[in-house]
Amino acid sequence: MTTHQDYRLSHLDELEAESIHIFREVAAEFEKPVIMFSGGKDSIVMLRLAQKAFYPAKVPFPVLQVDTGYDFPEVLATRDRWVEALGSQLIVASVEDAIRDGVVTDDGKTSRNRLQIGTLLNAIDENGFTAAFGGGRRDEEKARAKERVYSHRDEFGQWDPKNQRPELWSLYNGQLHEGEHMRVFPLSNWTELDIWHYIRSEQIEIPSIYFSHRRRVFERDGMLLSESEYNPLREGEVVDERTVRFRTAGDLTLTGCVESEADTLDAIIDEISIAKLTERGATRGDDKFSEAAMEDRKKLGYF
Amino acid sequence: MDMLRFATAGSVDDGKSTLIGRLLMDSKAIFEDQLEQVESTSKSKGFDYTDLSLFTDGLRSEREQGITIDVAYRYFATPRRKFIIADTPGHVQYTRNMVTGASTSDMGLVLVDARNGLTEQSRRHAVLLSLLRVPHITLAVNKMDLVDFSEDVFRKIQEEFVAFSSKLEINDLEIIPISALQGDNVVTRSENMPWYEGPSLMYHLENVQIAADRDLRDVRFPVQYVIRPHSDEFHDYRGYAGQVAGGILKKGDEVIVQPSGMTTRIAGIDRFDQEIDEAFPPMSVTVRLEDDVDVSRGDMITRVNNQAEATQDLDALVTWMTTTPLKPKQKLKIKHTTNVVRAVTKEIQYQLDVNSLHRNQEAEELKLNEIGRVKFRTTQPLMLDAYERNRVTGSFVIIDEATGNTVGAGTIV
Repeated sequence: MTTHQDYRLSHLDELEAESIHIFREVAAEFEKPVIMFSGGKDSIVMLRLAQKAFYPAKVPFPVLQVDTGYDFPEVLATRDRWVEALGSQLIVASVEDAIRDGVVTDDGKTSRNRLQIGTLLNAIDENGFTAAFGGGRRDEEKARAKERVYSHRDEFGQWDPKNQRPELWSLYNGQLHEGEHMRVFPLSNWTELDIWHYIRSEQIEIPSIYFSHRRRVFERDGMLLSESEYNPLREGEVVDERTVRFRTAGDLTLTGCVESEADTLDAIIDEISIAKLTERGATRGDDKFSEAAMEDRKKLGYF
Repeated sequence: MDMLRFATAGSVDDGKSTLIGRLLMDSKAIFEDQLEQVESTSKSKGFDYTDLSLFTDGLRSEREQGITIDVAYRYFATPRRKFIIADTPGHVQYTRNMVTGASTSDMGLVLVDARNGLTEQSRRHAVLLSLLRVPHITLAVNKMDLVDFSEDVFRKIQEEFVAFSSKLEINDLEIIPISALQGDNVVTRSENMPWYEGPSLMYHLENVQIAADRDLRDVRFPVQYVIRPHSDEFHDYRGYAGQVAGGILKKGDEVIVQPSGMTTRIAGIDRFDQEIDEAFPPMSVTVRLEDDVDVSRGDMITRVNNQAEATQDLDALVTWMTTTPLKPKQKLKIKHTTNVVRAVTKEIQYQLDVNSLHRNQEAEELKLNEIGRVKFRTTQPLMLDAYERNRVTGSFVIIDEATGNTVGAGTIV
């Protein structure tokens, strides 16, 4: 005889079911959704979940990438293979173009990460997107822990953390006024480790920079950065070759790597399981500007 | 490994943040860089201790004012289970936050301060968790270190709570004496309380049986999205995508599509590119039917002899969540499973006092954070079950037509 115990899902299956439900809700209720794609492991898991949600039909929305101009070539290569596999349209909103067109201003001090905000909002506005999926997880950062699955944005793209819609059961409220849009986070309840376990169980292709490799790097502000033409060395900085890997895939001028021998998914999971630093604390320069850096960017419309 | 979702409840100074901080720390969900940040903020505020609540108060205005504004979700895992904590603030927007956190929870964790015993708030927490049919309740009697780990103090609170909860719908209750600050009975059993023979809090969280909490009797499949690829390979494919809300669906089963009433059989169940034999809650699957019947989003697939009630008249307990009161004749939108319909308030039958459980039948409206029994009439039929039977088909949210905001939550009586 079967018992209730036979009808339990594993935590990964339950997370997957919840995320697929969210993808389908958005497809059913919003006029013009889009998947924001950063190239990182979370975005790739999102593409996989979207693929599963609509199979055997195609994913019914395009993929939007905000290109800082400083992206890792390995990440762009993976992006292209994924978009082809999905058969989706790829829209690239370039920070470079946004600067040229006067949409955002490069004062030489603002990071490309911050310039992504205006570039993204412009792309959402120009294309008339009413819902934009993001790969944000609540475990990433304490401001994110407060974010709803459906995160309402006003006509300026702003997030108002004090005035969020309560979210009950799995009943998401997708009501919008003209000019407003929704950010939707299907991975809200996933943790970094869940993402890795899922990548392993699904055998999902991720950019090679996540695996240990030899790379020419230098140290800046306590982080190991990749040598590149976009990142001129400052006085006293020396490049040397080390065995490293990345824990996140952002702007290569700000995203640090860690020394690691982990060259398989199993080894990465082992390493993450005993890591003492968060992925952002370890390797993201953009979160170090102030204690509320993420919250402030999100209020302005960051993903 | 499975997953347990729990909501915390407690008043302002009962040590809730400290307990959550400790659970996260002891399960290694807090990293060194986060700890350093909290330590340095504590120091700059002039504290001579590390304020663990800084882990959970994520927003600038919360840190400035030292208050928690809204529900936040926290995550940790042990080798046995993954946990999602709905961390609900104690004092602001009290009922609304509790109801939000409790709506998805398998367990409610109520904290009381051993020095104060049961307060009005602790009773309210228990009432709300019982109204929301949270299947398991844990009462953590905290700050036992401040009452010399006294067994008498604990027993008195225990007896009082058991007596009180017997009036409520609480099926599974565990009461644990702890010190969140010192870690007694949080992860390991405390040597300071040899008289206590029950589990530590962590052991209980890891082992409480939640397998039987889901409804496997009544087949309920709200159709969410119709999948029609129109590709060469899948030219005639027509699948109904959704998340199973109840029961077990099997290939070959005879089913009925509500509200149209057409009967057919399940031709197959797909989960991505694999066909599976059966589907159960909370799986997201795609169901194919034998006959080419007209099925769309908002319909529900059930069994001929076990249908949901299709009706335009809703009778529900409503928690009101906004400053403008709910009144009779008010026009609203209701989202129930995959339907959004227009509705009107027919009658406010009573307002429930969550302290005394008194039903105030004179009430003419429901104010912010009030709970009451309300009748609505909808423009189209919804397929309902009583909330006590199914938390998915028995629940709905109320949306303000003008602002688009979520203004209320309802459970079908």
